[in-house]
Amino acid sequence: MDLSYTPAELSFREEVRAFIRQNLPDEIRAKAGLSAYYEAADLRAWQRILNDKGWAASHWPVEYGGPGWSAVQRYIFMEEILQAPAPEPLSFNINMVGPVVYTFGSQEQKAHFLPKIRSLDYWFCQGFSEPGAGSDLASLRTSAIRDGDDYVINGQKIWTSTAHDANWMFCLVRTNTTGKKQEGISFVLIDMATPGITVRPIITIDGEHHTNEVFFDNVRVPIANRVGEENKGWDYAKFLLGNERTGIARVGLSKGRLTRAKRLAELSQTQEGKLSDDPFFRRRCIEIEVELKALEITALRIIDRQRKRNDGQPDPASSILKLRGAETQQATSELVAEVAGPLGLAYTHGGKAPWRDFAADDLTAVLGAVPNYFLARAASIYGGASEIQKNIISKAILGL
Amino acid sequence: MDFDLSSEQSMLKDSVHRLMTQRYTQEARQRFMAEPEGWSRDNWRQFAELGLLGLGFDEDLGGFGGTMVDTMIVLESFGRGLVIEPYLGSVVLGGGILRHAEFGARADMIAAGADGSRLFALAHEEEGARYVLSHVSTKVRRTAGGFVLEGRKINVIAGDSADTLFVTARTGGGIRDQGGISIFAVSKDQAGVTVEPYRAIDGSRYAAVTLAGVTLPESALVGTIDEGFAVLDRAVSDALAAVCGEAVGLMEVMLHTVVEYLKTRNQFGGPLARFQALQHRAAEMYVATEQARSMAIYAAMMAGEPDDRERRRALSFAKVQIGKSLHFVGQQAVQLSGGIGVTDEYIVGQQFKRSTAIERQFGDVDHHLSLIDAIDRHS
Repeated sequence: MDLSYTPAELSFREEVRAFIRQNLPDEIRAKAGLSAYYEAADLRAWQRILNDKGWAASHWPVEYGGPGWSAVQRYIFMEEILQAPAPEPLSFNINMVGPVVYTFGSQEQKAHFLPKIRSLDYWFCQGFSEPGAGSDLASLRTSAIRDGDDYVINGQKIWTSTAHDANWMFCLVRTNTTGKKQEGISFVLIDMATPGITVRPIITIDGEHHTNEVFFDNVRVPIANRVGEENKGWDYAKFLLGNERTGIARVGLSKGRLTRAKRLAELSQTQEGKLSDDPFFRRRCIEIEVELKALEITALRIIDRQRKRNDGQPDPASSILKLRGAETQQATSELVAEVAGPLGLAYTHGGKAPWRDFAADDLTAVLGAVPNYFLARAASIYGGASEIQKNIISKAILGL
Repeated sequence: MDFDLSSEQSMLKDSVHRLMTQRYTQEARQRFMAEPEGWSRDNWRQFAELGLLGLGFDEDLGGFGGTMVDTMIVLESFGRGLVIEPYLGSVVLGGGILRHAEFGARADMIAAGADGSRLFALAHEEEGARYVLSHVSTKVRRTAGGFVLEGRKINVIAGDSADTLFVTARTGGGIRDQGGISIFAVSKDQAGVTVEPYRAIDGSRYAAVTLAGVTLPESALVGTIDEGFAVLDRAVSDALAAVCGEAVGLMEVMLHTVVEYLKTRNQFGGPLARFQALQHRAAEMYVATEQARSMAIYAAMMAGEPDDRERRRALSFAKVQIGKSLHFVGQQAVQLSGGIGVTDEYIVGQQFKRSTAIERQFGDVDHHLSLIDAIDRHS
C-alpha cells in the first residue's frame, strides 16, 4: 500500500501545471479569478489549445486521439485544470458522447465525429431530460418515427445546458412504445441546424443563461445518425452516465474555491480584525479541507480499484464521489458567498458591479459569489440527484 | 500509488479474521470480560502465537517487523470483533515508547512483549490535562542514585495488568511545556505505586496509578532526560493511527448489523428495508464509513512521517474525519436498531460505547480542529 505519487507522476503534474501556466490565455484566467463565467469562445479557444497538444480527450484510447495516460495521470490532469483554474474540456463531448461513439458507433461515425468532438468543431449538448422524465429518465417520450432513411422526431427536451452554443445534440428518443420503457429508446446524433428545432432559454437562479428547453417539430434526422442498435439506447445512456465518474467529485474545483475564500477573507475586516483570523471562519475552512482530503483519497481508491478490475463497469461506490462532491462544491460556494457579506447583495452581471468594474485583487472580486452559490445548488440535482445516489448505494452496495 | 495489500498483509488479515470468527462471539466476549483482569490471557497467548504482539517492532530489536499498515489491519479486525484485550494500550501505546525511545532494557522488553510474557502501559494522562498531550504535573525529585516520583495518573489502559508502566513526569519546565518531560519505566509492584483498576465506558479496563515517593534508579530513565515529549508524541501518533483503523472496523460492523436488521425486521407487513428513509440513512452511514477508511489509510501512511508538523497535521485531519464519521455512524446504528439499540446487552449498544470512547481517545474533533488551526497559524 502506497499513497504517494511516483516521481514520474509528480513530474507529470509539473508538466501539466507548466503547460496551463504558459498556454491559458490571460483573459480566460482573469475570469476565473472573478467568479465570472466563461464565454463559449473561451471554451472553444482553450479546448483547441489542449487538442493541439493532444490533451483534449484525456481518457480516450490512443487510436481515437487520447494521450494514453494512466488513470492516475488523468486524475492529476483534471485536478490541475480545476485548481488552476482553467476551463475543463467540454464534458458533453469528451466524457459523454465521445466514448459512446468510439464504443458503439460505426466506422464511418468514428471517422467523422471523433476528431470534431475532440476539437469542439462539433459542440454537443445532451438531450436527455424531459418535462416528464427527470430522475425517472426512462419514461422519456420524445418520439422518433421511421420515414424512409430518416427518423421524424417530435417532442421536447429540457435542462439542455449549452444548447444555445451547441451545433450538435446527442439525444435519447423513443423508437418503440410497447414493452418495457427501457427497451424502446434509441441514441441519435442531431445537427442543431436541422429545420424544426427551437431552442428557448431557461434563465437559472443565478440570473444567467446556461440551460434551455429544446422543441422538436417534425425534425428529420438520418437513421445513419443513430449510434448502435435501435432500441438499445438505454444501455448506451447507462454506459455514458457510468463512464469516467471518478472525476465527478471535482475536488480540485472545491479546493480552488476554498483557497479563494481564504484569500478574500484576508481582505475583509470584521470588528475584531481580518475575517481570515476569525476562529469560526477558520474552523469552517479546516472542516471543509478535511472533507476534501478524505474525498480525494476515496476518489483515488475507486480509481485504483477500477484500474485493477478493468471491466469497464461503473463502480457503484462512485456514488460517494457524486454525493460528497456536490456537498463540498456547495459548502465552498457558500463559504465564498459568506465572505462577500453585504457586498454579495448587489446583483451583478457580466463582471461589473453597479458602481464599478470588478478587480481580482480587491474585495469586489467577491461580487459574483452569491449567484455562484445559487447555481451550485444544482450540483446535488443534476447528473443523478443526491437522493438517486443514495438509492444506488442502498441497492447496489448494501442490498437493501 | 497503490491501495492493495501485499500478500503477507492479506495473510495477516485472514489469520486475524479467522481468530475473530472462531473465538470472538458475543457470548465469548462476555466471558472474557468476566475474567479477573477484565480480558482473556488465553486470547493474549493466541495473539502471541499469531505474531501480533511483536508486530510493528524491528526484527533486530526482537520484534517481527511490520509497518503501521499491518497494525491498522489488525486493529480493523479487532474493531469488527470488538476486542476487549488491551492491544492498543499495551502493544501500540506502551509499545510505542519502546519503539521510539532508546534505552538499555529495550530489546529485552520488546522480546518479552512479543512472546506475551510481559505487558506494558503508558501512564501519562492526568486529571487536569483534558487532551493536552504536554500536560504533565507528576513531580520528580533527583537523588544521589536516581529519582523519586510523586503524582497521579488516570485512564491508564490495562494499568493493573501491565508489568511495566511507562510514567511521564516533569523534570523541568512548566506544567504544559513540551520541554522538561521525562519518561520512566516503573514496575507496578514497586514501593509507593498504587494501582486502582476501574471499568471504562466501553467495558475495557483502565486504572488510576498513584505514585507516592516512588524511588527509582538512574536506569529507570527511558530515553533522554527532559526530552520525553518527542517519544510520547510519536507513540501517541502510532496509537492514533491504529485507533483510526479500529474505528473503521467498528463502523463496518455497525453498518453491517443494521443492514441485516433492516432486512429481517418486519413492521407494517414487510421488512423495514423497503422504507426509503431508512435506506438513505444506511447509505449515509456507508459514505461516512468509506470517508473514514480513506483517512485511516492516510493516518497509517503518515504516522511514520519524520516531519513533526506534517505528521501532526495529517493525523489531526484523520482524527477529525474519524471522529465525525464515528459519531454519525454510532448514533444512527442505535437509532435504526430501535428499542433494542438502547439495551445493555445488544451488540450495537456495545459497539456504540466503544465508538464513543474512540471519539475521545487521543483527542476529540474539536481538539484536533484546534491543533490544525494552531499549526496553520504558525506556518
